[in-house]
Amino acid sequence: MMLASKKTCAAVALAAALAGGPAAAEEYKIGLLLPFSGVYAGLGAHIENGFNLGLEHFGGELGDNTVTLVREDTEAKPDVGLAKARKLVLQDRVDAIVGIVSSAVLGAVRDFAEGAKVPVIVANAGNNDMTGARCSPYIIRVSFSNAQMNRPMGDHLADKGIKKVYLMAPDYAAGHQMMEAFKETFLAKGGEIVGETYTPLHGTKDYGPFISAAKATDPDAIYVFYAGGAAIAFVKQYHDFGVKDEVPLYGAGFLTSPAYVQVQGEAADGITVGLHYVPSIDTAENKKFQDAYQAAHGKTGSEFAVQGYDAARLVVEAIKASGGDKEKFDQELAKVSFDGPRGPLRLDPATNNVIQNIYIFENRFADGKVEQVVLDTVPDVQDAPNGCSL
Amino acid sequence: MVGDAGFWFIQILNSLQMSMLLFLLSVGLSVIFGLLNFVNLAHGSLYALGAFIGYSVAQASGSVWLAFAAAPLAVMAIGAVLYFLLIDRLRSAGPMNQVLVTFGLIFVFLDAVRYLWGVDPLGVTQGVPFSGRVEIFGQVYPAYRLFIIVLGFSVYLLLHLLLEHTRIGAEVRAGVDNAEVARCLGINVERSFLLVFLLGCALAGLAGAVAMPAFSATLGMGVSILVPTLVVVVVGGLGSLKGALIGSLLIGTTLTFGQVLVPDFAGIIMYALLVVVLLLRPSGLFPVRS
Repeated sequence: MMLASKKTCAAVALAAALAGGPAAAEEYKIGLLLPFSGVYAGLGAHIENGFNLGLEHFGGELGDNTVTLVREDTEAKPDVGLAKARKLVLQDRVDAIVGIVSSAVLGAVRDFAEGAKVPVIVANAGNNDMTGARCSPYIIRVSFSNAQMNRPMGDHLADKGIKKVYLMAPDYAAGHQMMEAFKETFLAKGGEIVGETYTPLHGTKDYGPFISAAKATDPDAIYVFYAGGAAIAFVKQYHDFGVKDEVPLYGAGFLTSPAYVQVQGEAADGITVGLHYVPSIDTAENKKFQDAYQAAHGKTGSEFAVQGYDAARLVVEAIKASGGDKEKFDQELAKVSFDGPRGPLRLDPATNNVIQNIYIFENRFADGKVEQVVLDTVPDVQDAPNGCSL
Repeated sequence: MVGDAGFWFIQILNSLQMSMLLFLLSVGLSVIFGLLNFVNLAHGSLYALGAFIGYSVAQASGSVWLAFAAAPLAVMAIGAVLYFLLIDRLRSAGPMNQVLVTFGLIFVFLDAVRYLWGVDPLGVTQGVPFSGRVEIFGQVYPAYRLFIIVLGFSVYLLLHLLLEHTRIGAEVRAGVDNAEVARCLGINVERSFLLVFLLGCALAGLAGAVAMPAFSATLGMGVSILVPTLVVVVVGGLGSLKGALIGSLLIGTTLTFGQVLVPDFAGIIMYALLVVVLLLRPSGLFPVRS
């Protein structure tokens, strides 16, 4: 079966080469592997919306080639994710897998994808190791790494003259990786960490006790990573306790993600964060994306939607570059670069991780709405290989 | 600094607030458990429904107070439908079937919420009562949390009066003590069951609506609150109001001070307490039947 299809491919490619014209039309099957149920369903929906919009905007460049999608729900569970990845590759015979929100799911899928030689285009999961010590030619990340947005924030706080910082994050790999990256640059510039707490990942979302304890160490600022419902609860509670008037709050940008900053409302006022995307970026690409996204879904396109959008563009560009030759498609993926809604984007040849701008922006609440104002753009943020050799 | 009295007083308030939220949830679950011998794992989902319904009411009417009143009633109505469609029939079906069906209900409710309210977290920012702060011993404390504490204790007092000083309360207690004998004495135990179940649902809805302005309404909130609530029920002892209150205070305090004093163990400290209580008193601290 596999052999037969490869032979057909080769024959088609040969025929095309002999004819000297463009390659014959190919059907590219893409498996969308995302959480459509469970607690990460929101992110799954944003990424899928973005991906579909990306195909709509750039699909015209496919020529005679076509892209068909197969959706599978990971439920954000590693075992389910791996089973669905197997199904996509062995039964649906997809040419690439796009998606994966949870780093745990990516960890479970990685070895299988490498063994099957099917590229995985990561549209969220940020675990540093997947483009570091456990990198693979078949893992291509267009979203972000956990370290990427936090290193510039360490510099930013130190440059602002902030000396003593208290750290807080949920107690799992991403929480620790984000804080380690912040510490790396902040300590290097002479900053001091006066305390750090890793809160239980699951449970009551009551951060009152932690916030009171953090404030009691008398820091100049508090730096945190929280995302989703936890981020909303944290920001609201930080505001309710009145700590913000004395100790400013900073964090990785998911703390006040465009996806839910309006729910935080006034509580988000004055919080400065770093993220790989902010809806207020003033470029034609971003305007085109936001206008279309808002027209289709009635809300601001989030960083997650942009990750899906750029993943779709990556697929289209790689198909275009390989001229419909599926053998070349895998190698072309990592060579793609373009200016997207978040600015210039390319892939690091050393790690297959995305190289992109990090935007440091402040949330300002006025007239019942939160505005996200960019204070600084740190261009082309690139991770060190960290033990990766491709 | 950590050494001053104000800091610890704030943490005591924090633990009371947590306890009261747990109490509103666990008291219904506990008495339903004790009276009906029925484990309703979907109780947490009712909490989430209370939050989402509260959100919609607050958005539509502009009044968060109206949300606090409407959400419990709406959740109670959903509880009534559940009772007549499923719970009543499952009464004699044995614990395994009950657990399976109510566990399945968690997913039904999860999808229903996703269908009706979408996948993004929701919250109200305007018109929240007690949104100010009060100063206690030089420490700032959110007034809304004091409101939750007062609300929890008020509900406890009302339930105490209802159970100890009314005829309905006496019938419920008789039903918990020994349903067979109560039936022989002409008490309509079935009616007590329904009443307790509906009250439990309403309180879960109230807890959700009250939690929403401070914690936001999220898809997974019902699932993540379920485990601490079950722990409270088991620690406090099945079927007793006092058990639910003491259990909530114990778990709320343990969670809060565990987080402050030994943050690395905050995730497991609740279970450690559960193990200790079960070793010393296998049927909980204040069981109605031992």
